[in-house]
Amino acid sequence: MMPLIRLKEIVKRYGEILALNRLNLEVNRGEILAVLGPNGAGKTTLLKIIAGIEEPTSGEIYYNDSIINKGFSSFIRQRCTMVFQRTIVFNTTVYNNIAYGLKIRRRSKAEIDKRVHEALRIVKLEGYEKRNAKKLSGGEQQRVSIARALVLEPEILLLDEPTANLDPRTTSIIEEVIRYVNRELETTVLIATHNIFQVGNVADRAAFMLNGRVIESGPLKDLLNKPSLKIADFTRLENVFHGIAKPLSTGTSIIDIGDSIYIEAAFEKTGPVTVFIQPEDIIVSKKPIESSARNIIKGRIIEIIDHGPIIRLKVDTGKIFTAQITRQSFKDMNLNIGSEIYLVYKASSVSLL
Amino acid sequence: MGQNVQLSIAENTQNSIKTRTSIIIENGRSHMVSEIIEGLKHAINLIISGDPSVLDATFRSIYVSGSATLLVTVWSIPLGILIGYKKFPGRRIVKGIFNAMLGMPTVGLGLILYLMLSRSGPLGILRMLYTPYAIIIGQAILITPIMVSFTANAIEDVAPEVKDLAKTLGASESQASLAVFKEALPSIILAIVASFNRAIAELGVALMLGGNISGLTRVLTTTIALETTRGNFELAIALTIILLLIVFALSFVTNMLKRE
Repeated sequence: MMPLIRLKEIVKRYGEILALNRLNLEVNRGEILAVLGPNGAGKTTLLKIIAGIEEPTSGEIYYNDSIINKGFSSFIRQRCTMVFQRTIVFNTTVYNNIAYGLKIRRRSKAEIDKRVHEALRIVKLEGYEKRNAKKLSGGEQQRVSIARALVLEPEILLLDEPTANLDPRTTSIIEEVIRYVNRELETTVLIATHNIFQVGNVADRAAFMLNGRVIESGPLKDLLNKPSLKIADFTRLENVFHGIAKPLSTGTSIIDIGDSIYIEAAFEKTGPVTVFIQPEDIIVSKKPIESSARNIIKGRIIEIIDHGPIIRLKVDTGKIFTAQITRQSFKDMNLNIGSEIYLVYKASSVSLL
Repeated sequence: MGQNVQLSIAENTQNSIKTRTSIIIENGRSHMVSEIIEGLKHAINLIISGDPSVLDATFRSIYVSGSATLLVTVWSIPLGILIGYKKFPGRRIVKGIFNAMLGMPTVGLGLILYLMLSRSGPLGILRMLYTPYAIIIGQAILITPIMVSFTANAIEDVAPEVKDLAKTLGASESQASLAVFKEALPSIILAIVASFNRAIAELGVALMLGGNISGLTRVLTTTIALETTRGNFELAIALTIILLLIVFALSFVTNMLKRE
């Protein structure tokens, strides 16, 4: 199948900084592709180039197999729309925000009305037309910016860290929207993220970036078992553990991940495995609690990462675990760096990669 | 015993001196306080009754500083937009110069312009000294750096992000620039108001270039200074109240508009 977008040997320099270093990538029509990689890998630059906002220093971009020459990035801009990591809304009503691109395209008032209404329905912000966009919460603003992009029915929707720093409810709405536009509008979607869990939820395929190039790409499952990725120090890959699994008589498995730490998982598997646990699936308690959860481990908080409504805790148990709790529980529990806590999670929260 | 008595007498004397001094100070203070209260009463009367000298100074201040502000808008807004939006060599230096001139002392500027405009100065031929036009030009120069800097900052705050956003939504370069300008507009209006407030509240330029001529170049600040030295507090207080009202009301309205 002919790829929708093909990038060949793309180089992008900002003065001394080499943001993209001979990058090659193909994007297939109708897929959801995750662009994974640590911060600074060049994900945002890649998206801006596909979006036609930046032009590459050198290299070739093919759209439907025909080359896009320098100075013709406006051709691509009409077809690809990007949603930025830092949410920006125009200082006006939600309606005017979402209608902006349609007005630029000189659509009729009736059509704009209809499409803005539909876009708001998709992002679950019905009735928000007359609200001032600047006065909405961060999550609502992010949904407005996604509605503003998808109302244009672009061929490619580019999302830069669409759910970073958002609360779990908004995250799930946004993931739902991504699946919806891909399925119903047949939009090709690219998601740049450092959050591997999000990718697992929505993406068909992933491309892994490091130092300005794509080092691996393919179905997510295959990708995570590639030795090149295991060797690389992806500190952003949270709660991913490699170990040896042994089945138990109970139908579960016990996985030895080293440092005498064991994880019980709700699958039967023998031999080397890679597993991950969603940070939001881990319960944090100050005392060992009796529960149905099969895994409990004691640790010490070594880092507190503030994401607004949610807080991420890095916990040293011998291995580093990441747990995610709400700001309210964080306050109520009076946690600090060095606090001793217990991490509790179910065997069924352990997923096999 | 005798020594003790002497000591206590000395203490008493000292105490009575202290008491007397403090009574004098108290008297002075209460005199001043009553004068302020009287002044306030008279001042409010002057404002309500529409005293000609109050109206004259007020309208001239608004006319002179308003003209200066309008004039400055013509070059400062485009220049500020250029500095905030375009990347050109030496941009940082230009911005640095305008930032440095933000705190320009008004007497210094007044003196320089006085020397230029006086009969024997290089611009003496214009015969402008001691006219309202001289004050307008002086205040225009004074507030140019404010308007340029604030406008540049307003544009810089929104420029790269809003530009990229407009472009990805399909805007052309010029449409994207317009979007940036629209987003910065509330802050630019604030820059204009801040400039006007600086102009109407300054004294040095108006005094040195206007000469405080009654009915011709007398503005709020120069009249306040003059009437205070004359001991004519009622008029000074009345004019100060008006000056504060103008400045506060403008800032308040702009802030309300900005929030909307």
